[in-house]
Amino acid sequence: MSDTWPEEIYGLLRENGIEQIGYVPDAGHDHLIKRAIADPDVHAVALTTEEEGVGLLAGAHLGGSRGVLLMQSSGVGNCINLLSLPRAGRFPFLTLVTMRGDFGEGNPWQMPMGQSTQPVLEACDVTCFCLDDPGEVSRTISAAITTAFVSELPVAVLLGQRLIGAKVFEKR
Amino acid sequence: MADPNEGGRAAGKTATGTLDRRVAVKQLLDSMGDDVLIVAGLAGAKGDVTAAVGDDPRVFGFGGAMGAAASMGLGLALAQPDKRVLVVTGDGELLMNVGTLATIAIANPPNLGIICVDNEHYGETGFQRSHTGLGTDLAVMAQGGGIGAVRTVREIDELDEAGEMLRNTNGAAFVLLKVAVNDPPKMPTVWDASWHKSRFRQALLGHP
Repeated sequence: MSDTWPEEIYGLLRENGIEQIGYVPDAGHDHLIKRAIADPDVHAVALTTEEEGVGLLAGAHLGGSRGVLLMQSSGVGNCINLLSLPRAGRFPFLTLVTMRGDFGEGNPWQMPMGQSTQPVLEACDVTCFCLDDPGEVSRTISAAITTAFVSELPVAVLLGQRLIGAKVFEKR
Repeated sequence: MADPNEGGRAAGKTATGTLDRRVAVKQLLDSMGDDVLIVAGLAGAKGDVTAAVGDDPRVFGFGGAMGAAASMGLGLALAQPDKRVLVVTGDGELLMNVGTLATIAIANPPNLGIICVDNEHYGETGFQRSHTGLGTDLAVMAQGGGIGAVRTVREIDELDEAGEMLRNTNGAAFVLLKVAVNDPPKMPTVWDASWHKSRFRQALLGHP
């Protein structure tokens, strides 16, 4: 059985005019990335670091388009200084963050950034919506899209490990 | 002519480039015509753009967020495929997010050009030497990142061909301007990025 919520998210992004999808690969975003690459009406932009996504989305807005940044929670740490761009310029900013170091994490290296993700985003004036329940996906993503593109403010949706599952590690 | 650096912040500093940055950037931007959109990276590069085109609504200039100019240019170029987009940035800023050259190469928008004004120093912070003064070649890095159209300009008479490449390449293009290290007068700057953004969008899209 495969989850239907990733496709729900993709549908909402496209219905709301999102045309640029910047990403650093992550297992939790696999479906969205594949869909973006296969979609002739979307620019799927592979980034070398999540920071580039902050610039990309500001540039998209400057040119009258809409974008979203797909990243893992570790990438939030890479973005911090550049989050001054949406704040200083009052640019819309929407990111979907797949969490590590959250619920049932088996790799201790993921815990520091995972546990810092939400406080760090909030310290940078990015409003966070946590998403752990598949039944709340549509409502939460729609709410984030409204705040990002109607209020023109920075928003992150944190897709928790309760929703996406924790990567399995075996203890030797 | 008096040495413009005499007693100034750049006094005694040397670079391998000899172009006058204000002259080179102006000549290159003038050759692009009026129908281009410009993202100006922070500090010296923004000063060069302002000196070249004035206080123009088709320019968005950075006052911080160092390293974001090139990726912002990419987003703008993808959003505005019928306009030519130019990023003007310095060696210090480009080094900070040099992977963006690979990102731009892979996306390869037909309408994006990057002009790197390389004085081999971090002018804004007191003219400390940058990697490009110690052997790093950003044109080679652009090429290695996969950008097909790359030029290094050391002489003023090479600018015409570089401008032609920026205007006509059907893919991402990169021009490295090897400029002398000097400290031209500061240009007036707008620090309100939100106002700047809205003015840019009003001019381009007809609404803020």
